[in-house]
Amino acid sequence: MTIATPVALAPAERALSLIGGDLTEKSLRLHLEGLSGVDGVGLEQRAAGLATRSIKTTSKAWALDTIIRLIDLTTLEGADTPGKVRSLVAKAISPDPSDMSTPRVAAVCVYGDMVPDAVVALGALHSAGTDSGINVAAVATAFPSGRASLAIKIADTRAAVSAGADEIDMVIDRGAFLAGNFGRVFDQIVAVKEACRRTDGSSAHLKVILETGELTTYDNVRRASWLAILAGGDFIKTSTGKVAPAATLPVTLLMLEVVRDWHRLTGETIGVKPAGGIRTSKDAIKYLVTVAETVGEQWLQPHLFRFGASSLLNDVLLQRQKLTTGHYSGPDYVTVD
Amino acid sequence: MTRLAIPKTYKLYIGGKFPRSESGRTYAVVSAGGNFVANASQASRKDARDAVVAARAAIGSWAGATGYNRGQVLYRIAELLEGRRAQFVDEIRQTEGLDAAAAGNQVDAAIDVWVWYAGWADKYTQVAGNANAVSGPYFNISVPEPTGVVAIVAPQSGSSLVGLVSVVAPALVSGNTVVVVANQLAPLSAISLAEVLATSDVPGGVVNILTGSPAEIAPWLASHADVNALDLTGAGDLEWVDLQISAADTLKRVLAPEPGVPVPALDRIVAFTETKTVWHTMSMI
Amino acid sequence: MNFLDYAAAPESTALLRLRPSYGLFIDGEFVDGSGAPFATINPATEKAIAEIAHADASDVDRAVAAARRAYEKTWSRMSGADRGKYLFRIARLVQERARELAVAESLDNGKPIKESRDVDVPLVAAWLFYYAGWADKLDHAGWGASPRALGVAAQVIPWNFPLLMLAWKIAPALAAGNTVVLKPAETTSLTALIFAEILQQADLPPGVVNIVTGAGETGAALVGHPDVDKVAFTGSTAVGRAIARSTAGTHKKLTLELGGKAANIVFDDAPIDQAIEGIVNGIFFNQGHVCCAGSRLLVQENIHDDVVERLKQRLSTLRLGDPLDKNTDIGAINSREQLDRIRELSAIGEQEGAERWSADCAIPDNGFWFAPTIFTNVSTSHRIARDEIFGPVLSVLTFRTPAEAIVKANNTPYGLSAGVWSDKGSKALAVADRLRAGVVWTNTFNRFDPASPFGGYKESGYGREGGRHGLGAYLTTAPVVARKSSAQ
Repeated sequence: MTIATPVALAPAERALSLIGGDLTEKSLRLHLEGLSGVDGVGLEQRAAGLATRSIKTTSKAWALDTIIRLIDLTTLEGADTPGKVRSLVAKAISPDPSDMSTPRVAAVCVYGDMVPDAVVALGALHSAGTDSGINVAAVATAFPSGRASLAIKIADTRAAVSAGADEIDMVIDRGAFLAGNFGRVFDQIVAVKEACRRTDGSSAHLKVILETGELTTYDNVRRASWLAILAGGDFIKTSTGKVAPAATLPVTLLMLEVVRDWHRLTGETIGVKPAGGIRTSKDAIKYLVTVAETVGEQWLQPHLFRFGASSLLNDVLLQRQKLTTGHYSGPDYVTVD
Repeated sequence: MTRLAIPKTYKLYIGGKFPRSESGRTYAVVSAGGNFVANASQASRKDARDAVVAARAAIGSWAGATGYNRGQVLYRIAELLEGRRAQFVDEIRQTEGLDAAAAGNQVDAAIDVWVWYAGWADKYTQVAGNANAVSGPYFNISVPEPTGVVAIVAPQSGSSLVGLVSVVAPALVSGNTVVVVANQLAPLSAISLAEVLATSDVPGGVVNILTGSPAEIAPWLASHADVNALDLTGAGDLEWVDLQISAADTLKRVLAPEPGVPVPALDRIVAFTETKTVWHTMSMI
Repeated sequence: MNFLDYAAAPESTALLRLRPSYGLFIDGEFVDGSGAPFATINPATEKAIAEIAHADASDVDRAVAAARRAYEKTWSRMSGADRGKYLFRIARLVQERARELAVAESLDNGKPIKESRDVDVPLVAAWLFYYAGWADKLDHAGWGASPRALGVAAQVIPWNFPLLMLAWKIAPALAAGNTVVLKPAETTSLTALIFAEILQQADLPPGVVNIVTGAGETGAALVGHPDVDKVAFTGSTAVGRAIARSTAGTHKKLTLELGGKAANIVFDDAPIDQAIEGIVNGIFFNQGHVCCAGSRLLVQENIHDDVVERLKQRLSTLRLGDPLDKNTDIGAINSREQLDRIRELSAIGEQEGAERWSADCAIPDNGFWFAPTIFTNVSTSHRIARDEIFGPVLSVLTFRTPAEAIVKANNTPYGLSAGVWSDKGSKALAVADRLRAGVVWTNTFNRFDPASPFGGYKESGYGREGGRHGLGAYLTTAPVVARKSSAQ
């Protein structure tokens, strides 16, 4: 073994303040490997315990509306068309045409090249960086595999941002992570974060997709979460939805614990987005409980928590109709988009 | 003209040393025919106390040794006993009035019992322990461990050597340390056994042998808070229920009296063990 | 709205079919007790639930006689396979009536419904299933060839896991071929009496299981009865000691599962979030009314402050209140007497100079409650570090090295359980090896399973419950001796 020359990393602000001035591949590795380990059995038991909470009546009504407000309504298909995106946006704007008191979703999430269609469809309802309206989120950086050169990832990101994306959902280079090249993953996130910057100096929000199903171990998830935050991510997101398992409650709990620890350490708030596989209200409520009891219910706001989902919305609407009318509803009473 | 013999001084065996009783007392050991054979030390409660301290101090190294190692050390005792066979036969003949053949049989039996128990040291955990199939992601295993300091009243009616061996050896197998009150009337072979132990690899304090009156010493051992178990095998003629009641104050494990010499049995090993169950989580991710 | 103030989610009591009063269960029938009946109360409201019969010595005598008859005429003559079938039947009936039993348990004991529903009652069924299968396999249990039952077993159980402790006692006893007279704790007889109804539904032969309710003197009459062959007790070390004295010199085989003051050792390389959960589960599960509770937290000094801060944050999310609410984490203390003891020892902790912190939770007006409490700056010489509090009170101590942790953990007359938290398996197992405790949980705590032996070292008692070892408490290979007739 030889002693390599320290490889300097991009001077991301958070990493500099936490790890120190001479930020290198080695110092980053030592930092990440110094994190507490995760015992999978205990983590899964804690998640299972949280999942037994019984959310009834007024709490349930609030939870259902909150879930809707936190949804990134998503279509990420090779077959996506302008028509499909327009339909998705219409659903995002008025999820339940039979009940106009239904809240709107937080954002629509599409491939980068569909951003212009989403922006047009939203029209005045495009929040475009304001707190009202609906955001446009775009997946970028050679989603879902992330197997492309950095230049392409940056170009991908810039194109989406300049087309009007408010949020960028990037994927990390899992291959680099699993090969132990933490610095490479780090530098890429820093570069993509930079590419999120608009000409007016403002920035699209950056969600960093860890693809936890490919990282496999909880220790890896904890390190990758921490790494993504150090590199400047605004959100950490579980999955692309293209790999199984996608979001699970234990993985989301673990990422929330990282976010909680980061907050304890720095006072900074980081968002969490479980994505993929959450299809029922019952499941989504378990996530709300997990957020509330792990980081606090102030996290149950669109700038700090999102569900990446498509079919979830209709199940929530069915449950909502049941609460309103007192009887069970059926799939013909909610719209397909 | 016969040579004038040099008689042996019989003392106690505590912490690997051979002290006289701190009380200064001795009592006459007589032959079956009533003739004086030797003076034995008459142990006091303070000797018992010192023996418990020595036994406690010796636990770490003895219980901490591997079963294989304890087995080898114990087997070595059998080798040494065999080498001193004539001496034991002689002492048993003197104190128990047996003929040479019967005394020889007793010594042989004692050696064989010792060998039998020695072989258990690295096996009893497999027979008395368990892997437990629990419903969950846990590695779960139960293993017997030594109880601690075991106080023993050795069999009192004849068979002094095999009686002593049959109660001391099983307690030692798992790693307990022992304070034993020897056969009161026939204590010589016990002290000779102590000499064997002292020249063996058994660490000092693992076996402590007291001679004297069980009726006087046993109550102090039964009530001693630092004694973990009480073997009353030879206490049938004592007020043994009182001893058991006294032992209840610190919830000692108690083996009730039994007549004669106990047969070798795994039960006697397990009686002075505690089953520990260890759980560990199992997760690949 | 405040989401974390979850709307009430009470478990329905509609499926309970409680009677206004319950008799003793002797010889397959409910009969009146000779003593004055007493009320069993809901510790969360202090309201009476039902009236319970009080067995005096003559009732105990009748129960033991019924058990003896059943042993000699029925149970000892029945094949192991058939004994097993009865136990399987009972296990199934417990599963069928699981929710009802859980609700009754929470009502009578004060424990949260999520625990009675997810822990106690499922384990009860599991225990019965497990031992049912042993009944015709006793020759293979490692207790010698052709082991025999002892006869009549007298069993006295505590109030912290009323139905679960019943199952721990009855299942192995019946599987091994003994008959039983069981006395539940005075404050928690209810589920034992519903269990008696289940025995009737199972058509268990009369007298095989008898249940006598009452207080301490009823239990004393039972364990002191000359015609019982086996005494099994779970409860305090003081009472266990008295039983050990009273059975000295008798033929009665004795097993005792007594108190504890378990160390929960957290190393600086522990999986920290799981360790925090384990500490919470270790001492606040069942309001800390657990003999194996991890009541002494031994935390490595270099992470003490971080652990305590995380712990306080976590405890702030625990929900104390109505035991029947599905979201309740901390239920009621079982009795005023126990509450007084917890208060007294906590006050002593403060007087001794330990620093007290209690979770800020609203305490209901009625009932017996104690907020989750942590004492820091605790020394090994403090009473709160030595005495079993049997409540939701954690004492935090520190250590510097593994060797020191082991010495401190073992520095107690008890030896029931311990916990070890480390991501380093080699160290965790080496420490587990040196702890003088009957159960050591590494990277977990308070796990129970019918296949897993449970029981103490030193003054935590002797004998094991659970697993193959648990059968040993109810079997003998001793030669048959004519039983002295004591009831002449």
